[in-house]
Amino acid sequence: MSVLRTFETGMRGLLGHRLRSVLTTLGILFGVAAVICTVGIGTASANSVNSRIAALGTNLLTVSPGSTVSFGVRGGAGSANTLTMDDVTGLEDKSDAPDIGAVAPVVSGSATIVSTSSNETTTIQGSTASWLATNARTLSSGIFITSKEVAQHAQVIVLGATTAGDLDAIVGDQVTIGGNPFQVIGILTASGSTGFTNSDDLAVVPITTAQDEVTGGSPNSVQRILLSASSSSTIGSAYDEADQLLLQTHHITNAAAADFSITSASTLASTAASVTTTLTILLASVAAISLLVGGIGVMNIMLVSVTERTQEIGLRKALGATPGDLLRQFLIEAATLSFVGGVLGVGAALLAGFLVPRLANIAVTITATPVIIAVVVAAGVGLIFGVYPAARAARLAPIAALRAE
Amino acid sequence: MAGSAVAASGAAAPAARADVAAEIIRLVDVCKVYGEGDAEVRAVDGVSLSVKEGDFLAVMGPSGSGKSTLMHILGCLDIPTSGEYRFAGEDVSSMNERELASIRNRRIGFVFQQFHLLSSMSAWRNVELPLLYRSAHDRKQTALNALAQVGLTARVQHRPNQLSGGQQQRVAIARALVTDPTMILADEPTGNLDSKASREVLDILTGLNTSGHTIILITHDPNVAGVAERVVEMADGHLRDRVAA
Repeated sequence: MSVLRTFETGMRGLLGHRLRSVLTTLGILFGVAAVICTVGIGTASANSVNSRIAALGTNLLTVSPGSTVSFGVRGGAGSANTLTMDDVTGLEDKSDAPDIGAVAPVVSGSATIVSTSSNETTTIQGSTASWLATNARTLSSGIFITSKEVAQHAQVIVLGATTAGDLDAIVGDQVTIGGNPFQVIGILTASGSTGFTNSDDLAVVPITTAQDEVTGGSPNSVQRILLSASSSSTIGSAYDEADQLLLQTHHITNAAAADFSITSASTLASTAASVTTTLTILLASVAAISLLVGGIGVMNIMLVSVTERTQEIGLRKALGATPGDLLRQFLIEAATLSFVGGVLGVGAALLAGFLVPRLANIAVTITATPVIIAVVVAAGVGLIFGVYPAARAARLAPIAALRAE
Repeated sequence: MAGSAVAASGAAAPAARADVAAEIIRLVDVCKVYGEGDAEVRAVDGVSLSVKEGDFLAVMGPSGSGKSTLMHILGCLDIPTSGEYRFAGEDVSSMNERELASIRNRRIGFVFQQFHLLSSMSAWRNVELPLLYRSAHDRKQTALNALAQVGLTARVQHRPNQLSGGQQQRVAIARALVTDPTMILADEPTGNLDSKASREVLDILTGLNTSGHTIILITHDPNVAGVAERVVEMADGHLRDRVAA
């Protein structure tokens, strides 16, 4: 039997059993589309978590007052002001703490910023020139606070992107906080939400000015100290150096009794990474199950239809079809259904990937790997279960197949 | 027991050799055994038979007599456990599945009690089926010609479920004819038909025999067997000749 005629016979077989063909195609379509979409949503979530973690700055260590419980887990943050500018000076000492890069003391409070056109209540952070480096931030325009401005208690302010937008303020504008005028000298580049706070909705002023006019309190005390390790590989030793140094300056011999805590964004990152891994495994399992269910659906339809068609196989054999003829006919039928189902499934997934983010605000990132795996598995299941039972029936004696009920 | 069957066909054999007509079927001491030991069933037990080109033979017998098994062997749908089967001179008992398929396609046209038409296809597509498994030109015209021979020119596009039982069986006969086979093998072709449709089908078969086709008709009904020139009876796996009424 020629290839063309086998193809024609296969196509006529499909058209002669439209319902079965449609059901099989749908089974493969939904199996493929479900896997691609599930993995796509998982990939998008993982990417989103990763970019938020990256936005935190993985080299960042934060020293807070209170007790250290253990590495990576922050103890209850004490309200006591146990951190001082002396601690900051100690940590800045390169000989004692070679692995610590920038050190920035922070005081913060909430205040209302008034511009010519608007006003906005936000977090005001008082800090030094190192704030930018420790937070791994950049400016979209203007300049940042300098050491000189800190020393001079200068009336200057750097605005977060959201705050600047809300205030309709640009570099050079004048804003007031509690009646005190501040000159806008810089706007921070938007970094996106970190998942904990909106790091674009804030303003930074010199720490000295903040203590004078926003937060109050002793000029020597600071609320937090931000440290950046000299590189991401030295974050462990930077942590140890800061810990030792602060224990020394606070005259604490028992580390368990420390009156400060150090948290690291990298420990957060590694926690989040393991969460993401778990999430990915979960989604992959869901995808695998949907593929399995889809595969079983296709398998059932194929098995049922082949049983139905055992008589047809018997008849074709009686009329002179060889087992090879029948095998090729069923192979072409199954391959066509698998191919059409697979292509439509990928199409449906792409359509969902386009519509879902717009309708439900769920990000979907479609990558090549799940597309390939889903199509190969679903089409493989369709092929195997389309062909294997047919191959078995084709080996039956024609009369046994003809009499099958 | 086996000897009597040999003697019966043996009596016809000398005449066959004298005749110009070629021998199409030659069975010598053919057995078909199912099961083993105590469960052994000798469905066909030492049957010998000779059929010449142009013959119209009826095989009669009650159900369970082994006539269906004999028909499967004659139709190359099954191979005998022992004995010799020559179809138009070719030794069928030693053929593999591919060769048997080829013999069925080229040499034999089947008509079944259950019609066995494919319900998803029109009449002419059903008739075309055997042509798909051989090299054939203008399959549609060949199929339409075969349908014309059974008087169904007006029904070529109908599906089996749009046809009466008699019409379905005529489509099946057209399908058996379409390859211009050496022999048409009809297994209870009137078993599912009323008497009028049965008469039509038997008339068609008789007409085909008149125009030179060899026909073997398997039936349990003496009236149906009556249309054949020669009737053999099957009982308990054995075959004996009976003079046609």
